[in-house]
Amino acid sequence: MPGALLEAEGWGWRHAGRPAAAVAGLDLTVPAGQKVLLAGPSGAGKSTLLYALAGVLDPADESEETGRLLVDGAPAGQLRGHAGLVQQDPETQVILSRVGDDAAFGAENLQVPREQIWDRVRDALEAVGLGEAQGIALSRDTSKLSGGQKQRLALAGILAMRPPLILLDEPTANLDPAGVLEVRDAVLAVVRRTGATLVVVEHRLAVWAEHVDRLLVLEPGGGISHDGTPGRLLSPGPGSVRQELAAAGLWVPGHVPVPAPTPHNWRSNPAQSEAVSAADRAASDLQLQDGRGQEGTTAAGPDPLPARLLLRAGGLSVSREPVKPGWRRRFGAAPEPAQRDLDLTLEAGEAVVVTGANGSGKSTLLLTLAGLIPAHAGTLTAGPALKGEQGTRLPEDPYRWKAADLVSRIGTVFQEPEHQFVATTVRDELLFGPRHARDPGTGRRLFSDEEAAGRAEALLVALRLTELAEVNPFTLSGGEKRRLSVATVLAAGPEVVFLDEPTFGQDATTWAVLVGLLRGIVAEGRSVVAVTHDADFAAALQARTLTLEAAA
Amino acid sequence: MSEPSSAFRAIHTGEDCPQSEAGAPSRPVAVSAFERANPLAKLVALLPVTAVLVATMDWVSSGIVLAAALALLPASGIRVGEFLRRAWVLVAAALVSAWGTALVGEDSGAVLLAAGPVTLSEGSVLAGMATGLRILAVALPGVMVFITTDPTDLADALSQKMRLPARFVLGSLAAFRLLGVLTEEWRTLGQARRARGVGAGGNPFRRLGSWLGQVFGLMVQAIRRATKLAVTMEARGFGAGERTWARESTFTRIDVRVMLGGFALAALAVGLSVASGAFNLVWA
Repeated sequence: MPGALLEAEGWGWRHAGRPAAAVAGLDLTVPAGQKVLLAGPSGAGKSTLLYALAGVLDPADESEETGRLLVDGAPAGQLRGHAGLVQQDPETQVILSRVGDDAAFGAENLQVPREQIWDRVRDALEAVGLGEAQGIALSRDTSKLSGGQKQRLALAGILAMRPPLILLDEPTANLDPAGVLEVRDAVLAVVRRTGATLVVVEHRLAVWAEHVDRLLVLEPGGGISHDGTPGRLLSPGPGSVRQELAAAGLWVPGHVPVPAPTPHNWRSNPAQSEAVSAADRAASDLQLQDGRGQEGTTAAGPDPLPARLLLRAGGLSVSREPVKPGWRRRFGAAPEPAQRDLDLTLEAGEAVVVTGANGSGKSTLLLTLAGLIPAHAGTLTAGPALKGEQGTRLPEDPYRWKAADLVSRIGTVFQEPEHQFVATTVRDELLFGPRHARDPGTGRRLFSDEEAAGRAEALLVALRLTELAEVNPFTLSGGEKRRLSVATVLAAGPEVVFLDEPTFGQDATTWAVLVGLLRGIVAEGRSVVAVTHDADFAAALQARTLTLEAAA
Repeated sequence: MSEPSSAFRAIHTGEDCPQSEAGAPSRPVAVSAFERANPLAKLVALLPVTAVLVATMDWVSSGIVLAAALALLPASGIRVGEFLRRAWVLVAAALVSAWGTALVGEDSGAVLLAAGPVTLSEGSVLAGMATGLRILAVALPGVMVFITTDPTDLADALSQKMRLPARFVLGSLAAFRLLGVLTEEWRTLGQARRARGVGAGGNPFRRLGSWLGQVFGLMVQAIRRATKLAVTMEARGFGAGERTWARESTFTRIDVRVMLGGFALAALAVGLSVASGAFNLVWA
């Protein structure tokens, strides 16, 4: 089947409730079968164009369309089943609970006769590497698939519809490097086989640049700023727009953004700050020069609880499923820990990245160390550097601390920023932590109102959120949400910050701000522990790497 | 009238079970006939049984239904552990109601125990047992049908056999799947909020406030997810007009037997109950 021909003539779209158009005056022709990488700064209307082509843009009362957008000569969306769309969040790309049923869903809607559907489904699943020959039964439970497998399943569902146009909206943003490659290769195989026209939105250009025919860069509020082959636009030399694209926050192949320096100290415990910086700054600097990647530098001394100790795990096993007490355990099967018998030590001033395959329990370990889920077995001990002078009487295990005692000691940044929003404006969000932090000895507030306001203000400036101070956090862009979620955790001045995939789906600008901020924290003698596959992130923080093997 | 459980046993031997896999290759291979039966047939079989138990309040009919349900348990392919995990709440509820009825029920016959205002008599204890049995007899067959029924197969049957609108049935099915995702999300939200300093302690008002905050957070996530899921479904051509069905929902001889079994069990329960004089219409 030949690909679809796309034409835009002065096309524009304004979303309901927005004063400015997302896309305006777009003129574009994409010949049948072309592979197009659609890029542009945040807010340039890439997704709007993609959803319009898919025919799922909601023509609500207040939205406004101008010009014409045609797919094979017909207004976009009028030809049913003509375009297949894969979105970013794998969880919402799965519709039904069995692999075969999910892949068949689109074909059923297009009224493909039953005799043909299963041939199409088997064929499509095979093409994306989820076929029965590859060990995935048609009856496999879709909730047991990894993120990359879910995205490939979505692709199979589309393939079974045999559409001439395939549209992808950052399909790999939430995936680890292995997942990114498996999805990309599946897409390329499908397109090669069907000859479908491909439009993919992505700001990590390197993933697709070598494999597409054309790079289109959209301009915020307008039309196209650059249009050409990726080779011409991205390789250094005449006609290259590398610098410009990098400055706009795009990930240009082979270019690592420079972390933005941050000037401030938001530590909750100034005494700690002085002690550590006086005694250990020299040693810390030395370590930086040596390159902190070596394991040897972190070996603990003979002293059972050295002053610099933040956390020590002994024989720690971690599991998402809480261990049920007493008689209730008999009814359910005992949860199998994701990791067992880990011995770990975390000291002040360390940067650690945790990597490992899907299902190796990285996030579970992170949440356990952060005192958010109970240890499955073994011990977790908070050291003097974490408890601080006021907290000497706190229990050993951070899981038993009150939330108010936790925030000024351990900060945790979740993968989804929205999970952590608790206030109605950006400023209140930043004030929340400092206002709730308590001195565990006296129960009094750790920060006065003025101090809290000062901390919030400084963070607004450092994270370039000042203009958005009175905005509702839920309305921010993806990058702004990520920056805010890190800032809210830093506001209460924790000694250690845990982050779960902080750079997933982030543009280069947010990445640089984030890394700069975390580097500043480590330089102060505080610690950063991140679950991430981002090698640039690990290198920029000079972090030691902890690799988890999948539990047997 | 044949003894109903023998009808079920004949089903389980599987001598005449056509392989439904040709019609739905994605359906897991069912172990027991009860799992292989059409969900609608199981619901139809449940109807007369439940109707009888609602209509009469006596321990004979409840006892027969309960005995039949327990006798069928080994043949239904349900693992005992799973059954207990889902049913223990109901067993506890039945015991509590039985106890309560025995305590406050109308006294008659010999007094078994008198302690102040509380008296246990033969009459009130029998009434309590009848209540407990009745609750179990209504609930356990339902639990068995629930455990052995795959939501996807039920949706197929509802839309293909009962002609319910596909938009509604498949929309519900997708939403049902999303519920599982949201359960996980609720847990994550609790952890994420603790990390922000939202405590689980404090006075009841503060607790309520923090709980409401978490509910709000979950609603926001649910709406976001549902919106994206709706786009996914729409982009795959869902929602407009006719569609075909990859999985065929069929009625086979198993289903006839399941339904007949349900009616037979109901008839047997009523028959023996009337014959033994225990029959006791609720509204009479």
